[in-house]
Amino acid sequence: MIVAEWKPIPELLASLKGHKNILLVGCATCVAECAAGGEREVLTLAPVLKMGLKEQGQDVNIITKTLERQCEPEFVEELAEIAPQVDAIMSLSCGIGMQLVAERFIDLPLYPGVNTTSLAIREQPGLWTARCAACGDCMLGETFGLCPVARCAKSLMNGPCGGTRKDGKCEVDPDTECIWRLIVERAEARGRLEDLAKVRPAKDWSNSGHGGPKRMLREDLRS
Amino acid sequence: MKPRVGTQLEKVLLAGHFALTLEIGPPQSPNPEPLRKKAALLKGLGDGYNVTDNQTAVVRMSSIAASKIILDMGCEPVMQMVCRDRNRIAMQSDLLGASALGLRNVLALSGDHQKASAAGKLKGHPGAKNVYDIDSMQLIATIKGLRDEARQLGGDAIAEPAPFFIGAAWTPLGTPRNYRVLRLAKKIAAGADFVQTQAVYDVPAFAAQVAKARDMGLTDKAAILAGIIVPRSAGMLSYMDRQVPGVEVPAELIARMKQAKDTQAEGIKVTLELIQAVKEIPGVKGVHLQAIEAEELLPEIVAAAGLSPRPQV
Repeated sequence: MIVAEWKPIPELLASLKGHKNILLVGCATCVAECAAGGEREVLTLAPVLKMGLKEQGQDVNIITKTLERQCEPEFVEELAEIAPQVDAIMSLSCGIGMQLVAERFIDLPLYPGVNTTSLAIREQPGLWTARCAACGDCMLGETFGLCPVARCAKSLMNGPCGGTRKDGKCEVDPDTECIWRLIVERAEARGRLEDLAKVRPAKDWSNSGHGGPKRMLREDLRS
Repeated sequence: MKPRVGTQLEKVLLAGHFALTLEIGPPQSPNPEPLRKKAALLKGLGDGYNVTDNQTAVVRMSSIAASKIILDMGCEPVMQMVCRDRNRIAMQSDLLGASALGLRNVLALSGDHQKASAAGKLKGHPGAKNVYDIDSMQLIATIKGLRDEARQLGGDAIAEPAPFFIGAAWTPLGTPRNYRVLRLAKKIAAGADFVQTQAVYDVPAFAAQVAKARDMGLTDKAAILAGIIVPRSAGMLSYMDRQVPGVEVPAELIARMKQAKDTQAEGIKVTLELIQAVKEIPGVKGVHLQAIEAEELLPEIVAAAGLSPRPQV
């Protein structure tokens, strides 16, 4: 899923300065799964914002709405009835959904309520960890199903750096596994350590954002 | 065998002498004087001098500029280059520039993560965007391409080859230990001519890893220089054992430093013993010796270790 996390409340309050009628819009898909911007978070955040703004002497009316998917135009259309009643929108979806809402309601200022951080899984209750970096050149077949682009602090392609701690964690964070340690262990378990002996050449990053904004065109689907 | 590049370090190794490299860290300053002072102190003591590239991700004078300054003073630099801050375009451009300045030894490293910059007392730049376009393995291969094929990583030719004596780092006792010799093999396959290791205190464990490398024929293909860091105190050793990945310090050694009446003298004694011990390991061709924030001890240590004067080759 796409993972997002709340921005600090003071930052949200500052961004809403001067507005009276605010639409707080969530998304019931990824950001709901990661407890950042689903219906529950929208309903929790609305009174917090209202109260916080009131303390600053700003009376606001907050309308809440959670769309099934904020990244699909047909769902965003559900906001068309509400939009004329507000002078600002705060979105709790990922950056994709936010931009679709901004594009549909071009006259209204849109403020992000969350920071989109990663493509991740819920590893444990209350813990999400990155799995994919959308690098555009998947190498999981060569790394025993574990991604060093997303999960190594240095995105190393050829094994662990010298910074693997004794307990197998990453030197950058004592709670993060050294992904190369896990790759090596999986290779060993399958008796395939020699697969990791080959020098992997420099990666082609051009199929990701490094090649310019990504545009995927499928002629067969355009008729 | 004829030297490929002709640096002093390469020639010393080719002639079969036990090599010695030291380290000169560039200052957090635009003023070259601190650098010149260190170089003047250490001149003639080693065969090569590592010039670090923003180590621990702290901004310092550039490795290329500092390398050139000490080269002009007669200290042959080993220019370090990390993959953290530059992409393949900038690194190759800097390699051509370094070559034009007469820099011939280069050590390819991944580099400390930018988060490390705020680990100590400094603010550092933990919010920096890192690059890691290529990794240290790929950097080694890139330098080899510039030297042996006069070709850039992307395939375009350069007008003439850029002669570099290529170095790599090795953490023999790092986790996962079974893979570390294989990773060394990869670096050598990619093009490393010499290898400097993480600090060695546990000699038997280090010797066991070198023996594996020797069995794979690696010690004939590249020169391994064992990393030795002069122990300054029991506290330092214990810190390194706990906090520095890939460094193992035997408990007896920490106890010995703790019990010593004259810590400095004991640290020097331990250093001399370590140098002697690694010298006896077949396949170890030299040492990379550091006295962190105590460079003034090095002339005495190098002399006492019988490594002075350096061979003229």
